[in-house]
Amino acid sequence: MKVMKMFIADYQSLPERAGQVFIMDGEEIVLFRLSNGEVRAIENRSPHPKGGTLSEGLVSGEFLFCPVYDWKISLQDGKVQAPDEGKVKIFQVERDKDQVFIVK
Amino acid sequence: MSKKKLVMIGNGMAGVRTIEEIIKLEPEAFDITIFGQEPHPNYNRIKLSTVLQGDTTVEDIIMNSWEWYEENHIELFTGETIVNIDTDKKRVLSDKGREVEYDELIIATGSSSFILPVPGADKQGVTGFRDIRDCETMINTSKQYKKAAVIGGGLLGLEAARGLLNLGMEVEVIHLMPHLMERQLDPTSSKMLKDELETQGMNFLMEKQTAAILGEERVTGLRFTDGSEIAVDLVVMAVGIKPNVDIARDSGIYVNRGIVVDDFMHTSVANVYAVGECAEHRELVYGLVAPLYEQGKVLASILCGAETKPYEGSIVGTGLKVSGVDLFSAGEIEDDENTKSIKVHNEFDGVYKKIIIRDNRISGIVLYGDTKDSSRLFKMLMKKEDVSGMTSVSILESGCCGGGSDSNDVAAMADDDIVCGCNGVTKGTIVEAIQSKELTTVDEVGGCTNAGRSCGRCKSQIADILAYTLGDKFDVAAKKTALCGCTTLSRDEVVAEMKEKGLTSIREVMNVLEWKQEEGCSKCRPALNYYLGMILQDQYVDDRDSRLVNEKMHANIQKDGTYSVIPRMYGGVTSAEDLKKIAEVAEKYNVPLVKLTGGQRIGLYGVKKDDLPAMWEELGMPSGYAYGKTLRTVKTCVGAKFCRFGTQDSMGLGIELEKKFERLDTPHKVKMGVSACPRNCAEAGIKDFGVVGIDGGWEVYVAGNGGTDLRAGDLLETVKTKEEVIELIGAFMQYYRETANYLERTSKWVERVGLDQVKEILANENTRQALNERLDKTLLKYNEPWSEAIENKEIQEKYYQKREVPVLV
Repeated sequence: MKVMKMFIADYQSLPERAGQVFIMDGEEIVLFRLSNGEVRAIENRSPHPKGGTLSEGLVSGEFLFCPVYDWKISLQDGKVQAPDEGKVKIFQVERDKDQVFIVK
Repeated sequence: MSKKKLVMIGNGMAGVRTIEEIIKLEPEAFDITIFGQEPHPNYNRIKLSTVLQGDTTVEDIIMNSWEWYEENHIELFTGETIVNIDTDKKRVLSDKGREVEYDELIIATGSSSFILPVPGADKQGVTGFRDIRDCETMINTSKQYKKAAVIGGGLLGLEAARGLLNLGMEVEVIHLMPHLMERQLDPTSSKMLKDELETQGMNFLMEKQTAAILGEERVTGLRFTDGSEIAVDLVVMAVGIKPNVDIARDSGIYVNRGIVVDDFMHTSVANVYAVGECAEHRELVYGLVAPLYEQGKVLASILCGAETKPYEGSIVGTGLKVSGVDLFSAGEIEDDENTKSIKVHNEFDGVYKKIIIRDNRISGIVLYGDTKDSSRLFKMLMKKEDVSGMTSVSILESGCCGGGSDSNDVAAMADDDIVCGCNGVTKGTIVEAIQSKELTTVDEVGGCTNAGRSCGRCKSQIADILAYTLGDKFDVAAKKTALCGCTTLSRDEVVAEMKEKGLTSIREVMNVLEWKQEEGCSKCRPALNYYLGMILQDQYVDDRDSRLVNEKMHANIQKDGTYSVIPRMYGGVTSAEDLKKIAEVAEKYNVPLVKLTGGQRIGLYGVKKDDLPAMWEELGMPSGYAYGKTLRTVKTCVGAKFCRFGTQDSMGLGIELEKKFERLDTPHKVKMGVSACPRNCAEAGIKDFGVVGIDGGWEVYVAGNGGTDLRAGDLLETVKTKEEVIELIGAFMQYYRETANYLERTSKWVERVGLDQVKEILANENTRQALNERLDKTLLKYNEPWSEAIENKEIQEKYYQKREVPVLV
């Protein structure tokens, strides 16, 4: 499959440790700018059986705490940490100076 | 990367559990299609007997809702049967002519009731006991007919018979063998079971073989091989199950009794797997859920390319789900010359226990009337523990009389003891889930760990573990320890360090106190933010991103990601003008629900996040803080202004209190109520602060709670003027703020520190004044958050916007 690189946001527009929601191709993507400067992107949908959004979660290092059920989720690989289980869809992010791209 | 196509034939417990395991491991790996013959989503077949017995409904036993399939993008075809598998072209064909290709195929077709091949078996009124339709047949029949016969005195037959009794039918159980449940019970325990069931109203015809089913279109009776006959209106066949293997056999897959699989669930054909009751593993076909779930786990790992141990077969224990009968059986049941058994038969209490020991290891367990030892003994059996050094007393811990309390039993369990056999959940996993997720109910434990979600027999044990884990001693011990997993320091130690070292920010606290996780977690971040704000009064800069969602957003998140908007309505008093405004905003923004809240105000529910600032602006009212760890509302009665009983101006005082204390951060939410007379229409007795007007004064109650920990408030003091009320509440509030743990309600706090101790502190005039001064200083720092959001574009962009990104192709 062809790899697509799509512009999503200016790096400077992303506040630290507060998820920003972007709607791309009908899909809600949340960007998190971590305190180490990295940007991570996940789908705005909790893997909890009852669902819910993730953008308002609390960010700590490379982890996100789900706002509704307090699940701890790795922003690196999308994996929910024990004792809960599940996986969040993650998107590959590329940064070119001030521009942030999603690679699909 | 394009996804692989995974097709599953069958939509039952073992198959769907396999899919669940796959989704957990690799949610994006497969496009999944499921064909199910029944018109239902996956339901808990084990619980059919409880539906029949009237304890639950069909809806209650659905395990995966239609939404679950949708959310996981699983294509589900119900009421559709696969009629052909083309293993060369790798595609399946359904009876509706649908063709679907697969890369991997799972056969999980389960099994059917074995219908005795006797003349008349096809008549109306003859049914198996296997699915929802069978259950409905029995329930409907019971409405018109009286006499039922169950053929088969095994597990399934007896559960069906009990259900039919509950439906008001007369029930005859016909059994070929001289003893009931002869595969699980020895003659002694079998006799005890039969006696119990007879007193419950069941009739038994033992050692009878059915020869024919009588009647025209509909069954009217049974004839046995000895020539005798009985009259019946309903016949339930419960003599056994047979694996559904036709489709596999017809497609050239090797079939013996079941579809033959290896230790990794491969069938004889590449890319085709079988799991569950249709599969035969090492010459065994399992009919109980625990081994089937084990198989599912192995298969899921194989399909996802994850490492897994091979499935090497299971030893299974069984119990009977009939009220009034407590039995457990596993392994061997009969002793011989090479075994030594421990037998206890207490006829007086109706308890029977037999532990068969072969080569110094437990090889069989039969328990009747008292099954408390079952999980411990079953573990010893599974682990092949050497018991040669043990005495019979230590093997049979709960003794011979059914003694020993349940909670002790739970306390004595090791962390790796299995509680839920069906899902393989240990006590340790449950305890950890209870503690880390703050679970309080059996259902919540099930939701987090799967324990108790299958046969449900372990639910009482889960309840015991909950009681044991949340019990007083345990609770306090847990709380005394660390603030959270990021530190070993307790709340008091952290607060003392903050004061002593003059720490002023969360980051500083974590650095200086050597937090294990650099940026903390969802437990410590909000707590530290609160403690710093409490200590530094008007100096601290609040860290909004360390607050949890509701306080961060100044709105309450709902389960679908929408929010609620609840404006302030001081003392529950509003005006025609405000009501009009609320109505207009609700209409303009298509608010799905407008509701009066429990705190005497109006809530607008189901609001989209990006609509919040605009709605707040149009309302032009302050936030009601219905989401915060702060003062919620002051509930008031009408009082002396209108009510003929009212002795005081409750509305006036209520409004004054709400205006003074609103927005103040507190360890947990705080609710107040003011009534104008002891009739107490504002229910002030169950509020954190409750004020009750009496002739010539006010009574001030504290630490009431109307929620989870229902508690009547304690009378703190009776005072003469409302100024005294406000001063007293202020001092009490500040003392609570300074000494309570974050997330500790006043009710819990007062019980922990003692009301007398609080009274003693507040008795000192100077202390009271100092507390009020610190409180007033703190109150100066707050701004109205909704107008702040309206005026500040940065806040709007950071928290309340969603951005559309055009995709250029």
